Amino acid sequence: MVSLANPTRFLSLVDRMMPWLTALTLILLGIGLYLAFFVAPPDYQQGETVKIIFIHVPAAWLAMFGYMLIAVAALGTLIWRHPLADVAAKTAAPIGATFTFIALVTGSLWGKPMWGTYWVWDARLTSVLVLFLLYLGLLALWQAIEEPGRAGRAAAILALVGAVNIPIIHYSVVWWNTLHQPASVFRVGGPTIDPSLLAPLLVMALAFTLLFILLHLISMRAEILRRRVRALRQTQVERAALVEA
Amino acid sequence: MSDLGPHAVFILAAYGVTFVAVAALAFFIVEDDRKQRRLLADLERRGIRRRSASAKPKGGAAEKRARKHGT
Repeated sequence: MVSLANPTRFLSLVDRMMPWLTALTLILLGIGLYLAFFVAPPDYQQGETVKIIFIHVPAAWLAMFGYMLIAVAALGTLIWRHPLADVAAKTAAPIGATFTFIALVTGSLWGKPMWGTYWVWDARLTSVLVLFLLYLGLLALWQAIEEPGRAGRAAAILALVGAVNIPIIHYSVVWWNTLHQPASVFRVGGPTIDPSLLAPLLVMALAFTLLFILLHLISMRAEILRRRVRALRQTQVERAALVEA
Repeated sequence: MSDLGPHAVFILAAYGVTFVAVAALAFFIVEDDRKQRRLLADLERRGIRRRSASAKPKGGAAEKRARKHGT
């Protein structure tokens, strides 16, 4: 793990992992979509609309996973001042924001035929909307401050403050009376979903998770290279200034 | 594929939005990665290198790979 803390070694590992990770992600996505559309039976209450759950639930899990990743990386930035921690946090934000957006939109598209409305201001939906706004705030903060080190520290503080929203999202269906149903997969006593619907859901969740990791690794590589380009350009400018002096 | 029933439009819209969002995200990330590689390779072609890269021209496997990818 310590050797991975070196950006050059990290880039080398990413290069080696990329073809395998890409292939595995595509295969799992293919299997997941096949199970969702050709194998999974209609739910006894939701009918075929249960197919939306196969993308909505993984997207919602990854929305929270992405933010937790940013929060842990924020600790790495503030406590250990590790450059890769800041890179990991910055590059996870757009990916997490996209999965949060997908969770919100697919949830609305499921809600209209099932609940009769696209949106209600219940605790679960509202706290996920707050999560999306937190992601947008982090992205805006990174854009607003040019120097990566300062931007990283400011964003890390905001990320840690916003992390309080994650348990609120998770327990919102327990603490408050919400239209959104309570947890049905990760719960005491085991999942309440029939195995014929649980299997495609878990395969899609694994595929989405690998997709998240794949995109995150590519994005981290791009960010490391961007910082090298920035450093080299600064060196170039300094050398030119010295020559002129 | 099974008949998607009376709510087919909602199911297809959900998968459509997901596909477009993920495809757009992947496109921007991959393009950004390519752009940074190009920029770095361009700087190195002009002789502007990191101190660590120019100090260790015969480095280990990681450095060789880094050079191969213009990092």
